Amino acid sequence: MSETGPDTEARRIATQARDRARFEEEALSLADQVYRVARRLVGSREEAEDLVQETYARAFRSWSSYTPGTNMRAWLLRILTNLNVDRGRKIQRTPQTQPLEESDYYLANKMASAGGEEVLEADDVVERLSQDSVVKALSEIPPQFRDVVVLVDIGDFTYADAAQILDVPIGTVMSRLHRGRRALKQHLAEEALT
Amino acid sequence: MSGDPCDRCEELLQDFLDRTLTDVEWQEAEGHLAGCDYCARRYRFEESLRKYVRTSAVERMPPGLMAKLDELRGLDATA
Repeated sequence: MSETGPDTEARRIATQARDRARFEEEALSLADQVYRVARRLVGSREEAEDLVQETYARAFRSWSSYTPGTNMRAWLLRILTNLNVDRGRKIQRTPQTQPLEESDYYLANKMASAGGEEVLEADDVVERLSQDSVVKALSEIPPQFRDVVVLVDIGDFTYADAAQILDVPIGTVMSRLHRGRRALKQHLAEEALT
Repeated sequence: MSGDPCDRCEELLQDFLDRTLTDVEWQEAEGHLAGCDYCARRYRFEESLRKYVRTSAVERMPPGLMAKLDELRGLDATA
């Protein structure tokens, strides 16, 4: 070891500690956004809390594998969605059926018809839905479709980010997103009609 | 694309709102929407519905979770 060895080592440790602290600060500043997505991917608040804690535990342990300057929110969500799959969400009561393929206009018209009128205004339609109808509808669509809808429409991720998070091609994200949105609307339309 | 221009407009709806249409498709949709009240209403409806979905589905982090996450700082990679 050279004369400057200990000094260099001390500097290296100090730099690493600083980088780590910065990483942790940035990760924690995203917690609310991470929770928002987690909450809609799982069935209960408790599960979401557990999942977010597990995600941060894993993220903090493996902080050195994060590349500074890349999208940390997507990096955290990738950990989270992997953990969620590992937790065996198959046991969730979500049916594994494929969503029906009704068209966008058909579903809009169906929702509008709930009021027995031709006028199609979103305010009139959503007035007929209960407060938790979206949450309920989301929980009823198959997980592979729901994941994409939650990431893109609630988490504000781009198609590319969602593809990276879920480790699927971008085309798969797009087709699942379109089908997931339709499935969601199908549920909302049914609720508006009842 | 042949057939009903409203069908074509419906096809472009999701990508229009996602802002992923090409310039040519964008002009195609805009051109049709300017003169078609039927499609314009359905586009507006879809846009409002998306906002409704987003606002209804968002739930804030429970109090106390942040403190729990903060306690995880400094976790050892080998732990």
